[in-house]
Parts: sequence; structure tokens; C-alpha cells
Amino acid sequence: MSKGVHRIQHTLSIRERLCFFVLRKAMVTIMLKEGKVRIPSGCAIAAVIAKDGERMSGRPIIEAMKPMHDRSNGLGGGFAAYGIYPEYKDLYALHFFFDERATRKNCEIFLKERFEIVKSEIMPTRKIPTITDEPIIWRYFVTPLRSVLDSMQLDEKEFVVRTVMKINTEMPGAYVFSSGKNMGTFKAVGFPEDVGEFYRLDEYEGYSWTAHGRYPTNTPGWWGGAHPFTLLDYSIVHNGEISSYDANRRYIEMFGYKCNLQTDTEVITYIFDYLVRVQGLTLGEAASVVAAPFWSTIANKTDIEDKEKHTYLRTLFPSLLVTGPFSIVLGFNGGLMALNDRLKLRSMVVGEKDNKVYIASEEAAIRVMEPNAENIWAPAGGEPVIINVKEGCF
Amino acid sequence: MKYIDAKGLDYATLNKILRQADGEIEVSGCLGQRFIAAGMSHKKITIKGTPGNALGAYLNGAEIRVKGNAQDAVGDTMNDGYIVVEGNIGDAAGYAMRGGKIYVKGNAGYRAGIHMKAYKDKVPVMVIGGKAGSFLGEYQAGGKIIVLGLEDSDRPIVSNFPCTGMHGGKMYLRSDCSNIRFPSQVRATRATKADIDEIKPYLTEYCALLGLEVSDVMNAAFTVITPDTKNPYKQMYVAN
Repeated sequence: MSKGVHRIQHTLSIRERLCFFVLRKAMVTIMLKEGKVRIPSGCAIAAVIAKDGERMSGRPIIEAMKPMHDRSNGLGGGFAAYGIYPEYKDLYALHFFFDERATRKNCEIFLKERFEIVKSEIMPTRKIPTITDEPIIWRYFVTPLRSVLDSMQLDEKEFVVRTVMKINTEMPGAYVFSSGKNMGTFKAVGFPEDVGEFYRLDEYEGYSWTAHGRYPTNTPGWWGGAHPFTLLDYSIVHNGEISSYDANRRYIEMFGYKCNLQTDTEVITYIFDYLVRVQGLTLGEAASVVAAPFWSTIANKTDIEDKEKHTYLRTLFPSLLVTGPFSIVLGFNGGLMALNDRLKLRSMVVGEKDNKVYIASEEAAIRVMEPNAENIWAPAGGEPVIINVKEGCF
Repeated sequence: MKYIDAKGLDYATLNKILRQADGEIEVSGCLGQRFIAAGMSHKKITIKGTPGNALGAYLNGAEIRVKGNAQDAVGDTMNDGYIVVEGNIGDAAGYAMRGGKIYVKGNAGYRAGIHMKAYKDKVPVMVIGGKAGSFLGEYQAGGKIIVLGLEDSDRPIVSNFPCTGMHGGKMYLRSDCSNIRFPSQVRATRATKADIDEIKPYLTEYCALLGLEVSDVMNAAFTVITPDTKNPYKQMYVAN
């Protein structure tokens, strides 16, 4: 990254706001479609997790996004929630966007060839004036057909991954945006606090929640492009932009992943699925791949074992180093991981109170969820913060 | 004293009320409102709660005291005045600051004092009572950055890559800095009596404002860092 770019990237607040207003006006005047015009970004993320597995409604995380309203521009908002479908906890919950009824009907024929569909329903939503032009939003609780798994010689998770990739690539107008067990992603074009109302998230209860307010940089603001990006139970909310996107994409697509949702963040989700599920790395090791320290920092490490580990990981997975500014929260069944880029070009703070841990782009968001949060601190760049729910509590 | 309840106010409304008020003002219930007191002069503002990013941006003589933590970009491009924070501050504090003082009791995040500058009688000063994150004084062009390291923890007084691109001004770290790696384009030396005399007035003021004993602050060795004019800064990321 050039020095100039590097310097500009943390001046977002005032200067970029001015830029945004000018651009936004220009966009409206000449009616360019979003995606054809570049609007600089802010983005907001927040998360909360109860280490004892206590289930919380979606209300606090919706409220937490409000003081960070100006970090988004209404072109995307979304949430991931864990532990929300206990009655179907052994089934994959597939959340879909469809462009029209015929697409859904065709897709259902395809699904029935591969899965037993235990429940199929329209996603419950609330009509509100701030969320418009919604696609058909549907959810299915499914289990893969044993016979199909046997004939394809695949394990269940790999089978689900391949099915998601196939639908998102080959079926125009159909997108799976959530595919994990006992978790779900809810996203839309709009401000995050409105998206939360739209999906009635106050009526769900989960032990962990993540949230995102979007301010798209280089890519269109469409329903499928809102965060979180999910595959199986891995979900990513991301503030930043990936300078290494194409290098990362080319590498990860060699392993069957397809980056077709028109947003850079998508590749981070697939990288974690690949490193953790397929390669069997720990979360900490995966973080050391994605936000690898500078070679000079590795060379100066005095802990020999740590030094060797970092050298090994950077050598083995050089194409999965994600450069450029980012703060992300990775959600998964039973936990969360927060991570900043190694130069820490995006903000992120962590706080805690009793059994809960809070993460957000701004301390104000944490104070909304817990006014008396303690030990507020900012993790260093590349230093993962991993929070696990106690074994057996989720 | 004028009291303002900031609960539910957006930043534009809050700043409008602040602009119209004179003298001493107390803002309570602050929660993430950005740009508080931007460009303001001639008033004293006490803030309770969590002020948003760019607190005191372009500040032009007003005095701000935060009874807690502040977020990112405190005192962005400030010109004159005081920002006193009783807790910690986020990243990029004092960005391109060109005058005035930022006094922080706790720790600072990444890139404190980035591109701080000075011109004639305009000499900005930042004092951080705790420890500083990486890239302290990045591209520093002028002014004084002082870190006291009074926080009790194992981490070094400043994290990785301090003074990257520094080409002006002075930095003082209350430590022998034996565990700190500085880039080759700066010189780090033990502070002399003349160096210490130069910052004593600021430390005295800092201690008075934050209720500390100046003798407790002055009782340790300081390292002073200045750019090495014989070996000027080139480029960290790409040599071109």
C-alpha cells in the first residue's frame, strides 16, 4: 500500500463525509446505478456473546448500531445470530433470496433431489417504510439425503458447501445467504437498525449476535452484498476493504469456492472455512495467516516456537494474507473471533461485563448494550480475540 | 454553568447548542456524537459519557475535559486549546494537530500524534499518561509527544513501529527504551537536563490538571527521539 493511500485511510471521518455528500448528489443527479459510482466508506460492526450460553433477544444489538448510524449510508445492514433455532438444531437452516416465484419453485425441485426438507416457510418480516424492494425471502430447514451423500462420497458439511456454491453460481436470481445449523443471517439494503426491525430480530433469542452497517466502497449495495457473509456456521462482518482481494480470490477458488456475490468480504468467509474446517487449523493459527505479522516482526520474536509457527504459516499460505484495512468479527457455533489487520487501519474495541463480551467499532456501541462495561480495550492489529461459549452451553 | 443533556441528540444539534452557549458548559449523557466542539473557541466544556470520533476537531481555543474515555481521532487538526481526557483515547489522536494541548491520563491507541506539525509559535503538545500503541508519532513533522508509561502492565511503553516517517518535532518516552526498536532515520538518546527543562512546564500543567504529583512523573529517566537529519526518512512500504 502506498504511503499516500495509507495516510488517507484513517482520515475517513470528516473528509470522506464531504466527499460522500458531493458524490451522492452527483449520483442522484445523473441517476447512475449504485455500483457504477464510487462512494467512500466507513462501515460499522458490533457483536455480543454470552459465555454461559444465556440467550439474548436481538434488541440490544439493534440498539447498539444506532450511535454508529453515520458509519453506514443505508446501502446494507445485517445480523448473524447463534442459538436461535434450538427446535431445529440438527438441521441446516438455509436462508434464500429469490427474484421471483418461478425461481423459488425451480430451486425447490433442485433442493428436494438433495435434501429432506423438514420445514419450508416465508421469512417472517415486518413491513416498514425504510426497507423496500425486498426480494422473496424464504427459509428451509433441511438435512442432506443419506443416499446422495453416499453416492457423492462427501461428508455432510462439504456437501452443503458445494450445494451453496452451485446455487449461487448456476441459478440466476437465487442466493443462499445463510447455511448453518442453529444460526441464521439476516440482511438487507437499508440501515442496520431498520434491517433489525424488518426481520423482527427482537423476537429471536441467541447466545451470540454480530451486526454490520454498510457503506459500500467499490461494489454495489444490493441485498446479497450486505454483510454478514456466511458459509455453514461461519459468518463474517467486515469494516474495510481488501487490497489483496484478487490474489485471495484466485487462490481460494482453486478449492471449489466461488466468489460471485460482488463484494470483497465474501472471500474472508471462504478463507476461514478453508483454513479451519478443511485444513484443520485453530482459529488463532488462521488469524496468523490472514493477518500475518511483517517479516521484520517475525524475525524479532524471541519466543522461538512462536517465531517458527509464524514463519511456517506465512510460508505455507502466502496467498491468504489479507492486506488493506479491516476489522472483522467471525461468528461460528459456540463462539466469536475479532481481528484487525496487522497495521490496524480500522477501529475496534472490546469490553466485558459478567458473562458477556462486547465488540464494536466504537465504544459508544458497547455502552448502549452495557453502560457499565468493564475492561474496555483495543486489541492490537493482527491480535485475535477469541471468545468461546462454555462447552455444553450452546 | 450551563448543563446540556445530550441523550438522543444528533451531533449537529448538540454542536449547535454548544456554539450558542458561552462560558462553562457540562454535557452529560454523551453517546457517540461525533465532531463535538469542532472549531470552537472561548468556552470550557466538560463531557460525561462517551464522546464520538473527532472530538475537538479543528479546535480553536476551547477547553474540553472528558470524564471517561474518548474514541478515535481526538483533536484532529486542532489549532489551539486544551483537550483533557481522564480515561483512554482511541486511534489517530491529534491527527495533523498544529497547536494546543492534548492531555490523556490513560493509554492511547494506534498512531497517536500522526503528522503532528509546528510553525513558529504554534507548537502542539500531547501527553499520554499510560502507554501508546503502534505507529506513535507516524510522520511526525513538529510538536512534542510525551508518553509517561504510568499504566501498570507488561507491555512496552510504545508498541511496534514508533516514529515511522518522523521528520520533525520531538518525542519523549519515560523509559530507557531498551526494548523498543526505532527506525534508522531517528536518533534516540537519554534526555539531558536541557531536554527535561523543556517539557517540565507541560508536565507540571498536566499533573495539576489530572491530580498527579509532578515529582512522581519526573523520577525516572526519559529517552528523547528526534529525526536524524543525516539519514532522512525514505519509505516504509515500498522503495521507489
